[in-house]
Amino acid sequence: MKKLLSILLVLTTILSMGVFTSCSSADSNFKVGVIHIGDPADGSGYSFAHDQGIVDMQKNIGLADSQIVRKININDGDAAATKTAIEECIEEGCNIIFGTSWGYMETMAELAEQYPDVIFSHGTGYMSNDTNFNNYFGRIYQARYLSGIAAGLKTQSNKIGYVAAWGTDNAEVTGGLDAFAKGVAAVNPDATVYVKTTDSWFDLSKEGEVAQALIDLGCDVIGQHCDTTAPQLAAENAGVWGCGYNSDMTSSAPNAHLTAPIWNWGVYYTSAVEAAMDGKWAEFGNYFGGLKEGFVDISPLTANCAENTQTIIEAVKKLIVDGEFAVFDGKQIKVDGTTVSVVDEAMMDNAGNTIVEAGGACLDDATITGAINWYYSNVVAA
Amino acid sequence: MNTIINFLFAAIKAGTPLLLGTTGEIITEKSGSLNLGVEGLMYMGAFAGFYAGYKTNSVIIAVIASMLMAMFGALIFAFLTVTLQANQNVTGLTLTIFGSGLSIFFGQQMINNEGGKPSMSVDFMAKLAEEPLPLLGDIPVVGKILFSHNPLVYLAVVIAILAWIYIRFTRAGLNMRAVGENAAAADASGINVNRVKYMNILLGGGVCGIGGAYIAIINSYGGWDNGCINGQGWISVALVIFASWSPAKAILGSLVFGAFSAFQIRANEFASAFPALSFLAEIPSAIYVMLPFLLTAIILIFTSIRGKREGAQPANCGINYYREER
Repeated sequence: MKKLLSILLVLTTILSMGVFTSCSSADSNFKVGVIHIGDPADGSGYSFAHDQGIVDMQKNIGLADSQIVRKININDGDAAATKTAIEECIEEGCNIIFGTSWGYMETMAELAEQYPDVIFSHGTGYMSNDTNFNNYFGRIYQARYLSGIAAGLKTQSNKIGYVAAWGTDNAEVTGGLDAFAKGVAAVNPDATVYVKTTDSWFDLSKEGEVAQALIDLGCDVIGQHCDTTAPQLAAENAGVWGCGYNSDMTSSAPNAHLTAPIWNWGVYYTSAVEAAMDGKWAEFGNYFGGLKEGFVDISPLTANCAENTQTIIEAVKKLIVDGEFAVFDGKQIKVDGTTVSVVDEAMMDNAGNTIVEAGGACLDDATITGAINWYYSNVVAA
Repeated sequence: MNTIINFLFAAIKAGTPLLLGTTGEIITEKSGSLNLGVEGLMYMGAFAGFYAGYKTNSVIIAVIASMLMAMFGALIFAFLTVTLQANQNVTGLTLTIFGSGLSIFFGQQMINNEGGKPSMSVDFMAKLAEEPLPLLGDIPVVGKILFSHNPLVYLAVVIAILAWIYIRFTRAGLNMRAVGENAAAADASGINVNRVKYMNILLGGGVCGIGGAYIAIINSYGGWDNGCINGQGWISVALVIFASWSPAKAILGSLVFGAFSAFQIRANEFASAFPALSFLAEIPSAIYVMLPFLLTAIILIFTSIRGKREGAQPANCGINYYREER
């Protein structure tokens, strides 16, 4: 009798497990986890931009609030905290987990092996596997090139400052800076881009201090690749101009802000979650969208911009979308009044090495995401 | 030349919150209480100062609010350690965690209520603009380095000088030093030890709070951030040792510490402006983060070898006074 009972018990357990698993694949039980490095409530910046994308996705697909699990303020340098946050998501039943910051990459790669039934999607990195771990990122350098044009047209001192989170060892930051600098060079060959690093993605005091140091050098437009609004606030305070990042920073610095390269993360989040829900994840693969897909863009130009900026940027944007110009190729935009044309020009770094011969093809995606460790010819490390 | 002027200007700007934190902690330690909660007090002052300034647009109210809030934190410390005789180290550390937690809690609440990170109004920041002082600001070089700061910088220096005069030259200062050196003897001579301790802990805490408000308002150019203090309270505690418990020396010390912070960002400029310093471009910037603490450790070693009474930690600092145990 006891034996029978125990067999019955085991059977019910197995059965109920089966029932639960089949339940969790139904749409109303589909859960999306998001790991944020900051707090989206901040109203601007990196985590806010990502969360807007999540909100868009939620609207597009029609998920309930309870189907989104957010983990906020997860330090991406802290592997243990990252692991805990992701495992909490898994325990709460998430089917797909988005890690939004670079530093989550290795932890996610590790957990993807451990939890083969959960889909892991990591932003900004380069690691992936063929089954349940992909990588998503965008050609933000295309948008940075456009913001560089706005900066190059605006500067009067011909000195442009750039607050960079990391130095040349980080290809994401360095590639973005090079694209910005090439945009500056297209409209203003006499301008120099001075770069200083903060050695952190997010450090309000330091970003402000670095921006001030650049302004002290005579820079009158401050670009940035770091997460707070401090560089724009410093520009506003000093009466100079700036290009923000991640989200439109005009409300923080109304008299200084020109435009900001921005992300429409919702474009990716919607298609990724749809693929996961429809069981089409296997074909989905890695994602690397750009201006063409509407995944990256620049925020609306403000009245602080120089004359004709809008016309020139529209024309250049069209050339990029049409594939006539690809930023990291052996071509350059030439502007004559408001007429925009593409010419062959070798791409050089600031040590005089040729990166791409005149007329050469664009660098491949692996190089763009992982191996740009040089500064464009008009960049000076200050 | 401009490189040096801008560098020294930035050093003073970066050193000011440290000067306030250090001056506050010196007042506290001189009266015999080791309050390790400076970081927490600065956080409390940062939120209260920012919020009051944001809501009222008045710099004076912002400064007073930051002082009162930090005094409230100091009152907790005083009550626990003086009245209830709790361990000072533990209480101080707890205060650090409590203060930063409280500030982040209210800070996040403010962000949620305002629908995003609030920034000070242009009008408010204009009151704290870096304008040259009349006459003094016109002096070449020195005018820019010393006399073109925001008003809070001068306030900090005035507070440090007043604290120095108070500790060194007044009757009340003599009493508090007596309590800090030997509470039992001070008690025997008729000084109300508990009252002196309470008053100086509160006073010192209030000064730390202004330092917090400075960071929240000036360092961020008027934009709020929950993690704004970011260890500067701890640097202030180290600076107390560096300044050998003298607010006058703290003025110099905070300048040195501020200079390291400013130099970290500007080392390359020095390398390109002065060929003799070109080696600076090769030094990793993390060195400058470490140097102030290394210097503090070295000074601590030298002062303890020298064994001089002056410039040493007050003898009863960190030890609770319990009359019945004499």
